[in-house]
This record gives sequence, C-alpha cells and structure tokens, in this order.
Amino acid sequence: MAAIEMSHIVKRYGDGFPAVNDVSLDIADGEFMILVGPSGCGKSTLLRMIVGLEDITSGDMVIGGTRVNDKAPRDRNLSMVFQNYALYPHLTVFENIAFPLRLAKVPDAEVREKVEQSATILELHEHLQRKPANLSGGQRQRVAMGRAIVRDADAFLFDEPLSNLDAKLRGQMRAEIARLQRRLGITTVYVTHDQTEAMTLGDRVCVLKKGVIQQVASPRELYEQPANLFVAGFIGSPPMNFLPASAANGTLDTPFGSITLDQSRAAKVGDRDLVLVGVRPEMFEDAALVDEALLDRGARFRAQVDVTEWLGDSQYAYLPYESSPEAAAKLKELAQELDGDQLRTQAIVKIDSTSRIREGGEADFWFDTRKIHVFDPQSGENLTRDAEAGAELTRQAGEDRRAQVDRARATVPA
Amino acid sequence: MSTREKIGWGIGGVLIIVYCLFPIAWIVSLSFKSSSDISNGAFLPTIATDENYATILTGDAAELFLPALRNSFGICLIATALACLLSMFAAYAIARLDFPGKKLILSTALAVAIFPVISIVTPLFNLWREIGLYDTWIGLILPYLSLTLPISIWTLSAFFREIPWEMEQAAQVDGATPWQAFRKVIVPLAAPGVFTTAIIAFFLAWNDFVYGISLTSTSASRPVPAALGLFQGASQFESPTGPIAAAAVIVTIPVVVLVLIFQRRIVAGLTNGAVKG
Repeated sequence: MAAIEMSHIVKRYGDGFPAVNDVSLDIADGEFMILVGPSGCGKSTLLRMIVGLEDITSGDMVIGGTRVNDKAPRDRNLSMVFQNYALYPHLTVFENIAFPLRLAKVPDAEVREKVEQSATILELHEHLQRKPANLSGGQRQRVAMGRAIVRDADAFLFDEPLSNLDAKLRGQMRAEIARLQRRLGITTVYVTHDQTEAMTLGDRVCVLKKGVIQQVASPRELYEQPANLFVAGFIGSPPMNFLPASAANGTLDTPFGSITLDQSRAAKVGDRDLVLVGVRPEMFEDAALVDEALLDRGARFRAQVDVTEWLGDSQYAYLPYESSPEAAAKLKELAQELDGDQLRTQAIVKIDSTSRIREGGEADFWFDTRKIHVFDPQSGENLTRDAEAGAELTRQAGEDRRAQVDRARATVPA
Repeated sequence: MSTREKIGWGIGGVLIIVYCLFPIAWIVSLSFKSSSDISNGAFLPTIATDENYATILTGDAAELFLPALRNSFGICLIATALACLLSMFAAYAIARLDFPGKKLILSTALAVAIFPVISIVTPLFNLWREIGLYDTWIGLILPYLSLTLPISIWTLSAFFREIPWEMEQAAQVDGATPWQAFRKVIVPLAAPGVFTTAIIAFFLAWNDFVYGISLTSTSASRPVPAALGLFQGASQFESPTGPIAAAAVIVTIPVVVLVLIFQRRIVAGLTNGAVKG
C-alpha cells in the first residue's frame, strides 16, 4: 500500500504533442481515484506512466515515497487490469492468476494457497483448470482481477476494465470492484470514460481534458460545484443544459425568461453581454406539478416541446430555443470537446412521469434557480462556484469513505 | 449457395486436386514398376514390384542413398533449428523494438531471399575449399541458413506483430524481465508461427539441389537431391528411373508426416481468449 504523488508530469510524443501536460495529482494511501475524460484526453497515458509502460518526459512520479521515473514496471510493485484483460491464453486460469507469484519464485504451497484465496474472493473456483478461451467475458475479467490481487501490490491500476462487458454485467462488476477495493483498502487508480463508473466508484475523480487536469474532487462536488463548463458538461447524464444569457443588474435574460440572482451571486457575475447559464435537467419540472411553496424559488416559463421520452420513473422533454450565432458556435464547440455533437440548441429537461405534457405543443415549465451556475463562455470558468461548499462536500465524502473502510475491515478480517 | 453453385465448386475442387496430385500418383506408380515396365506407356504397373525400393535401401544404390538420407536429415534439421532460433530473436526485435536500420534489415533479408543461388555457388565453392568447409555438414548448413533465415524472419515478424502488445506489458507489470516475458508469454503464443516457419525452412533446405551438388563430393555430406542425380542404371543404356522414383517417394514421406503432425498446431489460433475477441 502506498500513496502516489505526481508533480508536473508531462508526456510529449515524438511529434511534440503533449498528451499529458503538467499534471500534478496526489493520490492518498488507500484512496480510489478515477481518471475520467473524453477519448484522447490523456487518461490512459497517465495511467501507463504510473505503471511504467510509458516514459515520463518530465516531472516526478513518486510511489510510496520513492521516485520511480526510471524504474522498470516490474520494480514498481503495481498490478494492472488491462482493458482487454491480456490473459495468457496458453495458461490455465490457475496459472494465469499464479503468474506473478511464479515469477517471484514463491514456493508451490504458498502459490496454491494464495491463488485459492483470490479465487474464493472472485468466485472462480470451478474455473481454475480451464483456459481463458473457454470463459465468458465477465469470467475473464475476474481472472484479470485475480491476477492483480494475488500478490501484495502497492496499488491497483485499472484501464477501462469494464468497457468490454455488456451493460448488465458492467453494473455487477462495478459493484464487485467497489466491494473489493473497500475490503482490501489498496490505493486504486481507475481509468474510465464512463461517468457512471466515475461517479459511483471514486472517492475522488480527476477530470482531464486534452492532457490537462480540469478539476479533482469528490463526485458530489464535481456535480454540484463544477469548476468550469467542461466539467459541468461532462459530469451528469443527460448533461447540464447551457442557456445563453445576458447579465445585467443581477438579472439573467435567458431564452426561457429572466432569472434573478441572489446578491452574492449577482456580485460574482456582474454585467456581461454573454454568459452561459448551467441548469441540470432535474432542476426543471412541469409547472403544473410544482408545490406552491416552491414556485417562488424558481422561474416559470412557457416553451415549445419538441420530443418527450417517457422512462417509467420520469420523462425527458426536449425544448428547442433560439440563440445568437455567437452562443450557438460556443455551444457547438463545447459539445465537440465533450465527444458529442450538438445539432440544434435545445434544453433537455427531466419532469415527473405523471406529467401530462406531450410533445408537439407548448407547455408551462418551472425551474429551480437556487442551484444554477453561471459560466463565462470565453474562459469556461464557473462564475458562481462556491469553493467552500465544494470543499465541504469532498471532506464529507472523505469521512464517509473512512467509515466505510473501517466497517469493511471490521467485518472481514484481512 | 445454390445447388448449382455447389456442384460447380465441387467439380472445380476435384479438378484442382487431380491436377495437383497426378504427378505424385505418377511417381508412386513409377516407383512400383519393374525396369522393363517403365516405358510401357501405362499408368499402372503391370505387376507391382518392390525391386526399386530394394535397390535403394539394400541394393546397389543403398551406398549412395542411405548416407545421403542421413546427411539430408541432419543438415536440414540443424539448419531449421538454427534458422528458427535466430529468426525468432530477429523477428521479435523487428516487430517490437524501434531501432534505426529496421527497414534496412528487412529489405536486406528480402534481397538475400531473391538473390540467385547459382551466382554465389562458384565463389562459395572456392572459399569453402580454401578454409576447409568443402564437403562438410557445416559447409551446407551455412548456405542453407542464407536460404531459410530471410523467409523465417519475414513470417515470424508477421506472427509477432499479431500478438497483442498488452500480453507482454501485462507480463512486465506482473514482474517479468523482458527475457522472461519473451520466453514465458511471447514464445508460447508464437508457437504456431514458429512451427509454420520451421516447416517452411525445412522444406527450403530439404529441396535444395544446387548447393548440395556443388559443395559436396562424397557421402560424408551429400544430401538426397544431389545423390538422386548420381544414381546409375543397371547398365549405361538404362536410365535409373525406377530407383529415382522410389527415392523421391521416400524423400516425400518425411515432409508429408511433418505437415500432418503440425497441421493442427499451425491452424489452431493459439491466441484465442487472450483478449476480448
């Protein structure tokens, strides 16, 4: 077990392109850190630099107090689960799991004992004598994890381990990984582009864009106090809506009517020609269904409904709106950064499943203005971010986490 | 596929098989003909006889044929083993490492492979005589390596490229040195490739005639193809067609056996299950 400290890590490829640019990140002992971002953001490169499969152009990588920049992967005592599992097809499951121990020349009896132990944790007992080719995707994934946990590594590294599984299995394995990590309490770095994994697994999440860290925080802080447009748009599904607006005298003029900001936030925003107002889909509601007491804490507006999607527990409505070419261009650019493509300017809102709002007509909506964020479209900065509230959320998450680990260790003797 | 298409493909297949196997059937048939039967124009021997086999295995030609068979086996197996070992290292480096001159090595290998053998035989003959390699096993193994190495390097590097990088990286993370990763992961995975290469290399060496006839003079190192050319008939008016045919059949057997043994290993995709497929 060890902490991983990275300071000013840079990875530059032969053509001078910096895949990872000046990343400084401290991962505490026993922490579950997620690296997340759209494809090409450098998250896998960063992970491979930690494990030693990629050279570090500059910066220091310190694991457990030792600088490991020049150490070969085998000398770093880390274990890794690859995206495609990278099982050894010529060896049985038993020998696959035993492989790191065999290399370390561990005596036979101890190898058997440790492999049995891992197999018990991962429920692989009946498959030990089979070859990887005869296993299902989920079983192969478990074998890869078995190979990682069988030796006492300082940290686990996961490179999109669930991306090859189908949705149902992915959910199960996600829970499995979370349980395993709590139980073993080993520092874990987990790369994913799936934000559900990022939100559910991580103690802290590091959001990367084009090789640069955007924000490192607990999932809740990322969700509620995003540092910038990119993080706000990346975390959350469906994504946060960004409404172009102009700000003057503490009032935001959006396509869905005007919003009055409270004093402290109005002061932070000031007067601007163009801002982007970030509103999460679930902050909207069908105005007819909103409690009287809540109505005056938000804003009401009337809008055309393009499409509705009924999901059982809720429904999504798509509300198109007109925007200035400048704002539309900015939103398109943002969508591309987020690996998406925005065809039209529209808001996606989440309303109650019992709502009678149907597509094609106009309807009354309401949205809660207390939790909106206002972004500067040029710098992307979140103008209304409450850093203290955010830090508090991350601190709370840290406490919850410690309690969980303590409980897990108390119930399952290591 | 419609029935008509199936029939069409079937007829085509049979035609090709007959076309390919007819010369072999002919050789087999010849080898069982008695000397008076050879030129009778019939495909099958009037009476099947084993006299040709007796000639080359125990009779007059045995002196020529049996040592040649031993030489051929020894020389070709050694040349194949060396070619496989050397080309494994070379191909691994070519497939995995980035070093200056990689292209040069590959194109040189290709150039060597297409270089006409006959043009270097004479200088080699002189050189070998000078340094005492003429008419020795090593004197043949070395030129055979020049035949087998290029093709081995090319086929093996193709195989190595097919093995996912992750396999090796996983081994390294698991604590393997580069050599251990190569020996315990890459080589077992490349086994089908190595077998294929070995067979190709063996055939090349086994079939060689020019080096065999030029660089040897006695049964100390003369390989079978060269020995076949030295067979003599019962009289000077009779060509030794029957014994040659019999020897050709015997020489073909190891090749067929080799292919049959390794066929399944060559075909079997050993990398199945390594990565999500």
